[in-house]
Amino acid sequence: MRWIYGVFLGFGLLGAPAWAEHDVHAIGDAEKGAKVFNKCKGCHQVGEGAKNRIGPHLNGVFDRAAATVEGFKYSKGLRRAADGGLLWDLEHLDAYLENPKALVSGTRMSFRGLKKQHDRANVLAFLRAYSDNPQNIPEAAPTAVLSEVKLSPEILALVGDPEYGEYLASECTTCHQKDGSDQGIPSIVLWPAEDFVIAMHAYKTKVRSHPVMQMMAGRLDDEEIAALAAYFGNLE
Amino acid sequence: MTLNRRNFMGKGAAVAAASLAAPMVMADGHGGKPKVVIVGGGAGGATAARYIAKGSKGEIDVTLVEPTRKYYTCFFSNLYLGGFRDLSSIGHTYGTLASEYGVNVVHDWAVGIDRDAKTVSLAGGGSLNYDRLILSPGIDFVEGAVNGWDISAQNAMPHAYKAGSQSELLKAQIDSMPQGGTYVMVAPPNPFRCPPGPYERISMVAHTLKANNPTAKIIIADPKPKFSKQALFQEGWSNHYDGMIEWVGPDFGGGNVTVDPAAMTVDIDGDVIKADVCNVIPAMKAGRICELAGINDGNWAPVNGHTMQSKIDENIHVLGDACSQGDMPKSGFSANSQAKVAAMAVRGALTGSKVFPAKFSNTCWSLLDTDDGVKVGATYEATDEKIAKVDGFISKTGEDASLRKATYEESVGWYNGITADMFG
Repeated sequence: MRWIYGVFLGFGLLGAPAWAEHDVHAIGDAEKGAKVFNKCKGCHQVGEGAKNRIGPHLNGVFDRAAATVEGFKYSKGLRRAADGGLLWDLEHLDAYLENPKALVSGTRMSFRGLKKQHDRANVLAFLRAYSDNPQNIPEAAPTAVLSEVKLSPEILALVGDPEYGEYLASECTTCHQKDGSDQGIPSIVLWPAEDFVIAMHAYKTKVRSHPVMQMMAGRLDDEEIAALAAYFGNLE
Repeated sequence: MTLNRRNFMGKGAAVAAASLAAPMVMADGHGGKPKVVIVGGGAGGATAARYIAKGSKGEIDVTLVEPTRKYYTCFFSNLYLGGFRDLSSIGHTYGTLASEYGVNVVHDWAVGIDRDAKTVSLAGGGSLNYDRLILSPGIDFVEGAVNGWDISAQNAMPHAYKAGSQSELLKAQIDSMPQGGTYVMVAPPNPFRCPPGPYERISMVAHTLKANNPTAKIIIADPKPKFSKQALFQEGWSNHYDGMIEWVGPDFGGGNVTVDPAAMTVDIDGDVIKADVCNVIPAMKAGRICELAGINDGNWAPVNGHTMQSKIDENIHVLGDACSQGDMPKSGFSANSQAKVAAMAVRGALTGSKVFPAKFSNTCWSLLDTDDGVKVGATYEATDEKIAKVDGFISKTGEDASLRKATYEESVGWYNGITADMFG
């Protein structure tokens, strides 16, 4: 838990509380996810009265055991995965959306996948609203996710120097394109500073597994990470 | 001040000692110490009273308004129906809150709130000023929610969803059912107090009937296609009470119910059943004082999860079943958890004490039969939008007997813990 040493000084300050930062966030932005879902609509329905079409309906998909929608004929591949205990929790839904055939070989879902993490997060946030609400069924799936690493408010409050960041960035741009293109190497431009800082600390502390990034981030101190976040976050 | 002193149970040293105003007191025209009034002495209100009084060390004047002198917890009242607890073992009084913590306990009904003047009026005629008001009134029932039932029928067809005399009545009715008789439960729609509660109750009623009336039948008419811990309950029912319990979900008309309290019949989708006991649990809404305060949106009072402040009036915090906050189920555990966040926010606002990010948790234990306990729980954090679930767990079907026994024992420990946390 990140401590925030905010103090209420009186009623007047309540409109602008000290909670602007916290280490939990929604799965994604459901409104944006509704747009992403347009890519899925050709085959899947969701919402009241949704029916199976080319793909099964997606009501209640969170925490559903795979291949269990009544009346839908599943591929052998998906039935095999279901026999192996595949459960549609957040982690597996995310992996399936990223690359369906990588998670379930032989699936009939002919979709090449959503490569952008935020597209997957947003569409999953959109779909989450059509599954059980934890208020009514406490065992229902989470609606928010914790940040990967807990950082002190001091680290998150650091305001990086973009000029210093530009200098340091020369190491990064060997691989990561400044124009944000992401062929094989993810884009790191225009991220919110907090996400950037958390990601870098996740590599630094080896919470994230990529060996090159662990090495690169491992050499950066808190100020330097903040500077990089400031630089990449504001690139034109 | 127009406080009715006769209603006070006691005043502790902390209250009697008139302390100097703290540096950051917002006296707001009343003069003297900042005042917090709490309406409702259950898991939310009693906990908030204790934490504010304890934490502020006399810097805040805390008044708790609760009509009953002895409070029966709704949690574990099903265990009373199952014969696992005496009613007296779930009854609690407010003596320690008054004597040890200096809480002014007023046994009266709050009947009105003037949000501009910041006063609470009492049925007994008095009125209380507040700087911050905490409403933790629990639930009331939605009028007309079950065809043929209103609150005047609660003796013929008890709800027993507020513990105490209603629980006693239901238990007496179960005990005097004729051999082979029929117990009907009309289950509530979402959202409602204690999601596993109706189904734990069914387990406990079945436990009692299995011993005294093994040919009796239990029918549940349910408007919901799915309920909390469903797989665990259904496994438990088939293990312990095979053939006794029939659950009628909405696909079979469980949501289309009319009761006749005079004739003691229940019409489930055209099928008229003669009931020996009919336990009607209607749709719920926030305790009426929230409506009177004008802070409801629909049936519930929306709050900001960081502080539990009403979204309509920042001088009012709403706790427990009455509020709509996001993902937490309406439970005593949730109310207790929310009360600590509200107490911290109120103290921060009134005396400048430290405030930390809100975090919440909940666990609901249910008893299926002797030594067969199950649980579901989760942790929650406040986001700007709501209180959001971040992690959770649930008992598995097919667990071994020793684990189930340990789970039940854990629940008894929890009961002792939370009631001590509430009442001191």
